[in-house]
Amino acid sequence: MVTSHTDAFVESARRVDAVVTPTTVDEFAGTLEDVVTEPAVGTPLPFEGVTYDGTAVDGAPTGAALAEAATGVTAAAAAIADYGSVVLQETGAGEELLGLYPDRHVVVVAASDVVPDMPAAFEALDGQFDAGRRDAILATGPSATADMGAVVKGVHGPREVQILLLEDR
Amino acid sequence: MSDSRRQKAARIRSLLETEGDAVFENTTTFNDGRYESVEKLDDYEGLKARARAIKEDAIANLPDLVEAVTETVEANGGTVYLAEDEADAQRYIAEVVEDRDADSVVKSKSMTSEEIEINDHLQSRGVDVWETDLGEFVLQVADEAPSHIVAPAIHRSRENIAELFDAHFDTDAPLETAEDLTEFAREYLAERIKDADVGMTGANFVTADTGTIALVTSEGNARKSVATTDTHVAVAGVEKVVPSLGDLQPFVELIGRSGTGQDITAYVSLLTPPVGTPVPDFDDDETPLAEAGPDRDYHLVLIDNGRMAMRDDDDLRETLYCIRCSACANSCANFQHVGGHAFGGETYSGGIATGWEAGVHGEDSAAEFNDLCTGCSRCVNQCPVEIDIPWINTVVRDRINRGADPDTFDFLVEGLTPDEEPAGLDVQKRFFGNFETAAKLGSATAPLSNWVMDAGPVRSALERFVGVDSRRDLPTFERETFREWFATRGPRVDPADAAREVVLYPDVYTNYVSTARGKAAVRALEALDVHVTVPAVGESGRAPLSQGMVSTAGEKASRVYGALAEHVDAGRDVVVVEPSDLAMFAREYERLLPERSHERLAEQSYEVMEYVYGLLENGGDPDALATGNEAVAYHSHCQQRTLGLAAHTVAVLEQLGHDVVTSDVECCGMAGSFGYKQEYYDLSMDVGDELATQFTTDETRDRTVVASGTSCLEQLDSLLQRVPTHPVELVAPR
Repeated sequence: MVTSHTDAFVESARRVDAVVTPTTVDEFAGTLEDVVTEPAVGTPLPFEGVTYDGTAVDGAPTGAALAEAATGVTAAAAAIADYGSVVLQETGAGEELLGLYPDRHVVVVAASDVVPDMPAAFEALDGQFDAGRRDAILATGPSATADMGAVVKGVHGPREVQILLLEDR
Repeated sequence: MSDSRRQKAARIRSLLETEGDAVFENTTTFNDGRYESVEKLDDYEGLKARARAIKEDAIANLPDLVEAVTETVEANGGTVYLAEDEADAQRYIAEVVEDRDADSVVKSKSMTSEEIEINDHLQSRGVDVWETDLGEFVLQVADEAPSHIVAPAIHRSRENIAELFDAHFDTDAPLETAEDLTEFAREYLAERIKDADVGMTGANFVTADTGTIALVTSEGNARKSVATTDTHVAVAGVEKVVPSLGDLQPFVELIGRSGTGQDITAYVSLLTPPVGTPVPDFDDDETPLAEAGPDRDYHLVLIDNGRMAMRDDDDLRETLYCIRCSACANSCANFQHVGGHAFGGETYSGGIATGWEAGVHGEDSAAEFNDLCTGCSRCVNQCPVEIDIPWINTVVRDRINRGADPDTFDFLVEGLTPDEEPAGLDVQKRFFGNFETAAKLGSATAPLSNWVMDAGPVRSALERFVGVDSRRDLPTFERETFREWFATRGPRVDPADAAREVVLYPDVYTNYVSTARGKAAVRALEALDVHVTVPAVGESGRAPLSQGMVSTAGEKASRVYGALAEHVDAGRDVVVVEPSDLAMFAREYERLLPERSHERLAEQSYEVMEYVYGLLENGGDPDALATGNEAVAYHSHCQQRTLGLAAHTVAVLEQLGHDVVTSDVECCGMAGSFGYKQEYYDLSMDVGDELATQFTTDETRDRTVVASGTSCLEQLDSLLQRVPTHPVELVAPR
């Protein structure tokens, strides 16, 4: 089951111009290095054995560091296979800001958190919000506008979205 | 032409020239995207039905939901203010801004805040207000109103925006490409967002159970405006409240598709403010963001401004189900050509705008553009919450008619008009609404009437007093009506031997003008062993209804049902040649007749080619019909397509050996009386040009042109060199 969802997710994400790179706990640092442009800032990653150790990512950025950052790294709470969306969440560490201000947003999502479709995503969200969750951003590809006469990526949000799909967990 | 008619025509012509091309390009792209995107859904109709059911329940329980959301938001640490009207909302928001000592506000696009004109109000009090949506920003720079509820600046091209920015800003290098322009606006607005004290957003939905707002955007400006400022004011109409977060799922899947044809927009934000994001200080290089803390203030301003009264109004209530997706605008042929600066009121534009404007700004605002809805019904199946938008437009038209100035009473036209409407009704509407009377008279005095109508003095009088454009050919009445022809000839299939029994509905055009298609229908049906009768029955009510003369239409509907009821009871099928009349039976009679009467008639009524298709499917002999190998260019009819009946004609023509190419434009632009009206003639022809273009390509230019509806046939006749024909004339034995 999980495999088919992740395959579908990779395909949908590609269609919306998000680049998905599979990785594992062991390979994480190396994979991350390949997709960040410095200076890079990140928020804590809630996956066991996954940290910014050995990478160039500043894991506790200040406002000034954020203003200068070319890449923001955050975790996603889930992903939606049908749409290629990631479900972002703010924990108080500034995820929302890191996912908006830098030109490149690197999103780490666990393969086991990929759900098949929107009904499945909302079933989970409905319960989580009832239990006190305050936000969820269904982000699908980079920020975009067509207001200036043609589609342009990167407006108020990132120009590029890199998704690291964390397997073997 | 009256002054107002002349002004309206001039304004439409000017918009066709200046904004038409950009609007057309954008709306048709959205529209094509929608068709493609909804195709991918497993159960589009089911999703729409769920979305509608949620809105129906929510509006029914609105007072309870508003109470619930107030408690929830306050428990979350925010404040809810229920604003009675525009002034009340302005006052409250200005107070919030003042309390925060705010010099500047950044806004994310919100139609509701346009409705309350909050920018002007705040600016007059010395507060800077910046629109952060790039389309809205363009309009702010240009000091212009939105022309579309989703993509507010679609009437402006890239070149046009480049010129605007060039004139307004002192840029280092000229901005040329869409990338240049976006980059400039992005950087310019990023500074404003960082400096702002208050972030103002709308809300696509508000959930009562969790106090969450849903914001649907592509650019990320709503997120940035909320996250970067420490005070958030969300402005939403009370109708945006739904019971629970789980209710949002169908809307999230429908809104982007319905609006711009994207499966989903880049960001659907579900935020329960005050949000937990730390308030950033971009100059602080010591405190990690995680320690900055979310010291935030949140105000949800729920605006009534006429909505609770709309909720009590049986005809306007459905407007409150609207999720502001713009599918009605994008699928509207007239909107595609002129955009929201013609097809819109003080705030809202497009098909559903009549409902919004009548409800929040009053009928005068709706009256400005209401007549641009021709009732073609193409928007009906496109609306994700299944609102009967043409009906709302018709009802508001009726209310406008009733408020019309009684001084315009004209006894000459009054004499021609045995209707149920008030004396002050606009002469033009009265004339078209009573077309049956004119047709009866015209036929009885034909061919003299045709000569007279064609004569210069009569045409100029018609133009001057009634506003019938002289450039349109008028219908030519037949001396012998279709019913008279049939009465003399009699049926040729004995009921005892017949496969089916049919009453053929003699609509006004078939009876008085296009008798040939009636005769062809009789021959085609009889060739397939059907016993045909042509009853004495009057106009369906379509003509008065399209003028907003609802009670006259109701009267006609009752008479039609009275004349057909016994046939329906006897199990005879009602076959209709004119699709707009079939649409009356199938759709509008639901509003005009008792439920049971409508159901019985609707269930037993068929479009003539649909019926022929059914007969052939059930063993009818195709060889009894005229076969051939003509190359055909077929244009269905807007209301026929809404009913899902376009494919039957194509199937029959192909089965009989023809090679068929179909048009895919939303509407021919004629839509009944619309194209005759002087103020709309240019628009009607501009819309029709799409159809003409499709039927004059290398592939189509030599094909026989076939169309189902009277108005489509008339429009094609004026657009092309070839004379079009009704499909039943192609299949009927000679």
